[in-house]
Amino acid sequence: MKIIHSENLGYEYQSVNEQGEVELAKQALSGINLDIEPGDFIAIVGPNGSGKSTLAKQFNAILTPTEGTLWVDGKDTAQEANTWEIRQNTGMVFQNPDNQIIAGVVEEDVGFGPENLGVPTEEIWKRVAECLKTVGMYRYRKHSPNKLSGGQKQRVAIAGVMAMKPKCIVMDEPTAMLDPNGRREVLQAADELNKKAHVTVILITHYMEEVVYADRVFVMDQGRIVMKGTPREIFSQVETLKKYSLDVPQVTMLAYELQKKGLPLPHGILTNRELIDEIVALARQEKKEPARPD
Amino acid sequence: MSLKLEQLSYSYGDHKVYEIQALKDISLEIRSGEFVGVIGQTGSGKSTLMQMMNALEKPGEGKVFFHGQDVWAADFDRKGLRSKVGLVFQYPEHQLFESDVLSDVCFGPKNLGLSPQEAKKRAKEALALVGVEEACYKMSPFELSGGQRRRVAIAGVLAMEPEFLILDEPTAGLDPKGRDEILGQIALLHRQKGMGVILVSHSMEDVARYVERILVMDQGRLVYDGVPREIFARCEQLAQMGLAAPNVTYILHGLKEKGLQVDTDPVTVEEARDAILRALGREP
Repeated sequence: MKIIHSENLGYEYQSVNEQGEVELAKQALSGINLDIEPGDFIAIVGPNGSGKSTLAKQFNAILTPTEGTLWVDGKDTAQEANTWEIRQNTGMVFQNPDNQIIAGVVEEDVGFGPENLGVPTEEIWKRVAECLKTVGMYRYRKHSPNKLSGGQKQRVAIAGVMAMKPKCIVMDEPTAMLDPNGRREVLQAADELNKKAHVTVILITHYMEEVVYADRVFVMDQGRIVMKGTPREIFSQVETLKKYSLDVPQVTMLAYELQKKGLPLPHGILTNRELIDEIVALARQEKKEPARPD
Repeated sequence: MSLKLEQLSYSYGDHKVYEIQALKDISLEIRSGEFVGVIGQTGSGKSTLMQMMNALEKPGEGKVFFHGQDVWAADFDRKGLRSKVGLVFQYPEHQLFESDVLSDVCFGPKNLGLSPQEAKKRAKEALALVGVEEACYKMSPFELSGGQRRRVAIAGVLAMEPEFLILDEPTAGLDPKGRDEILGQIALLHRQKGMGVILVSHSMEDVARYVERILVMDQGRLVYDGVPREIFARCEQLAQMGLAAPNVTYILHGLKEKGLQVDTDPVTVEEARDAILRALGREP
C-alpha cells in the first residue's frame, strides 16, 4: 500500500468576513497527483508561495482537500474519524522551533508526544534518551528549551516527533535556521530515520544540496507539481529550474558553467567526487597527464 | 569613523549552573563603508555580538565605541545610536505590526522625530531601494509573500538611514531567487551609499560572494578576522568549529590532491571555473 496517494488534490484558502461571506479565495494547490511508497525519501522544492507548506499540512490533516482526495496510509484525510490515526502516523517538523516547543525542560518536551500516545513510562524515557542522542542534544536534556539557540531548539523538536515513532515524517524547511553543522546533523538524523527505521521522509527545503540524496524530487510552482524525477534528472535542467526561481547545488552549477565554456562534461553532476573524477579524466585525455603526488 | 569593540565579555543566565559566557574578550573595529561577514556555529555568540554593536545589551566587561565615543557613557544618546546602527533581526517580518506597508516603514523615521511628510519620503525611498513597488504601499503586510514581507522589514530599518546596517540571517527561509535579490540590493546600497554592512550568515556561499572581510566566531570568541580567501583556506580549522568553506573550495582541493595543478584559493563558482579552465590549459 502507498503511504501517500492523492488524486487530483486541490486546496483553496478562503477568508470569511464577519457576515460569514467569502471575501477572498486563493487556489493554493491544484491537480496534485502523488504516489509515495513507504520508506521513500522525497524532497519537495519550489519558490516561496508555491504551495509547499500547504501541501505539507495536507499530509497530517491540518488542512484537508477542497477538491480531490488524499489518502495517508490508506486513510482518507477528509474523514474526521481518521484524523487521530493519521496524525499518529505522520509527524510534522516545522521551520520555526519556537512554535513547537511546549515543555519547560528539554526531556519533558520530547516525552510529551509518546506520553500523549499512551506509551508506558519506561519506554518513554528510553525513547527520549535515544532520540536526543540521535539529534545530538542529550547533554541538554535537563535544560530549559527557552535558553537554547534556534538550531538547538529545532533539534529538540525533531527528537519530539521521532519519539512518537511515526511511519512518515514531514519536515517543512527544518534546516532554514541552522548552521552547516546543525544542518548536517538534522539531515543525518532524517537519513537514519529513513534508512534504519524505514520511516518515510518528506523534506521541504530551499537548500538544493539537501535534495541530492533524496530518492525523488518534486518541484512545485503556483500550486502545481511541475517537475518530478530523481535528483540527477531534475538538476540536469539548470535553465528550467531558474525559471522556477530555483538553483542547483554549487557543484552542479560549477559543472554547468564549465560545460558552457566547452568542457565535455555529463549533465546533472551531483557530487564533488563525480566532478573531480571527470575533470581529472579530461586532463589525462588532453595529454596533460597530471604529475602524481608522492 | 567606526564601530569599535574593546575587550568585550558578556554572560547570561541567572543561575550559576546555567550561566553561559556568550562573548569572551572580543576586540575588533569595523570602519564605515566596510562589508563584513560574520560566521559561526549556532550558539557561537554571533547574535549577542550584534546586539552589542547597537547597545541593545550592555557588556559585562569591556567597551563599545561609536565614532570614538563610549556608547555606555552616561550622556551618550543610545536611542540615536540605534538609528545609526540599524539592526535587522532574524525573521524581521514577524515584527511588522502596522495596518499597511507604508505606515510600517514610516514607524522608524517618525520615532526619530521626523515630520510625517519627511518620514513618508524616507519610507518611500527605502521601499524603492529594496524593490517593493508602489502598488504594495497600502496593502496589509499580511497580504504579501514571505520574501516581500522580509523586504518591507528591511526597509523599515533602512528608512532611518543608518550608517551601519546589521543583518542577522536576512535570507533564512527565502527561495534562491529571493535570496539573491535581497543580497544583491544590499550589495548595491553598500556600493552606492557607502553604507557599512555586517552580514551574519550560515551560507558560506553567500558570504564568499558578497563580503570583503570575514569574522569567525567560535564559543564566544573571535577566532579569525580576514579576507574570504584567507579564511576559507583554513578548511580544516573551520570544520573543527562546525563550519565549512564554500563547496567549490573542496572541489579545488580534491583536484589538487589528484595531481592537477590548480589554484585552490577561489571561493565562488566563477572564480573556480576560471581556475579549472586555466589548470586545463584553456582560456577562461
